[in-house]
Amino acid sequence: MSFINYASREINCKIVYYGPGLCGKTTNLQFVYQKTAPDAKGKMISLATETERTLFFDFLPLALGEIRGFKTRFHLYTVPGQVFYDASRKLILKGVDGVVFVADSQEERMDANIESVENLRINLAEQGYDLDKIPYVVQYNKRDLPNALSVDELRKELNPTNVPDFEACATTGEGVFETLKAIAKLILFDLKKGH
Amino acid sequence: MSNPQLIMYDEEFKQINVVIEKLLREANAKVIFLVDKNGQLITGCGETERFDTTSLASLTAGNIAATGGLAKLIGEKEFSILFHEGEKDNLHISIVAGRVILVVLFDARSSLGLVRLRVKKASEELAVIFGRLVQKSEEKEKSGDSDFPFAEITDDDIDNLFS
Repeated sequence: MSFINYASREINCKIVYYGPGLCGKTTNLQFVYQKTAPDAKGKMISLATETERTLFFDFLPLALGEIRGFKTRFHLYTVPGQVFYDASRKLILKGVDGVVFVADSQEERMDANIESVENLRINLAEQGYDLDKIPYVVQYNKRDLPNALSVDELRKELNPTNVPDFEACATTGEGVFETLKAIAKLILFDLKKGH
Repeated sequence: MSNPQLIMYDEEFKQINVVIEKLLREANAKVIFLVDKNGQLITGCGETERFDTTSLASLTAGNIAATGGLAKLIGEKEFSILFHEGEKDNLHISIVAGRVILVVLFDARSSLGLVRLRVKKASEELAVIFGRLVQKSEEKEKSGDSDFPFAEITDDDIDNLFS
């Protein structure tokens, strides 16, 4: 959950990028890191294996600026996508304020996408969260690949509740900030509602 | 929700800083951090400018979460103390009041025994303050007396963050 500090006038929120292995969660964070002014970001931390597969998480702190005199910070995390890292994924979801589901648009990854969304729902429920109630957006990544399914097909399977969704190509950065902005917005409005 | 939102007020923030500054002196430590279990830095004292505090907070919380997962696997509730020994500097990490992480960095000028002893005392004091903090935010919520800064937030405010 977000941390509101009246003493230092700060508000911190946690965003988790979820999705199947190799769908581009880390690439999303890397693009955000590259395109953010140095004074607005902290160091990006990647706990990855030697082959650059995420082992525990990636972490990127962003300071977006002030709203009503409060410094607004977002902490971006990714989970390890590979199926067998489920215990780690559960830990990273602790205290989450909003989730971005990064789907791999390739036809052959559809099953992995579906499995990952179900896994997300279960792991959130274990922490006491309901996927239908928390800030949540979906990103269809890898739109540039020739074997990408149509957005309609992806939407039907992966976004039945019609949350905000975005087409993206994380390697070129297309759609990356649109996704981030959408989830940040949902989180801030959710905070407003909660008070 | 399993972990309610943490809200920090001026009064308690000052009290917490008094406690950790005292701990810094009495334990002969170099740096002390307090971190939320979700990875957000609450406060720190000592040579904090030498460190990337945000990363440190996030990794500490990840560390506590991972060892907590291990504890559950072997039937323990949690491991409330972690100790990392380095060539020069050591880290003593402990859980306070079930939800806050106290990180003490110290070198050869102190000792594990001293740090453990002082941390124990400081933890008791911190637990009282955090208990009050939770009570206070619950009372404020019940009475509807919220001075929440984002109550009047608009679309434009959020859009401006990204401009």
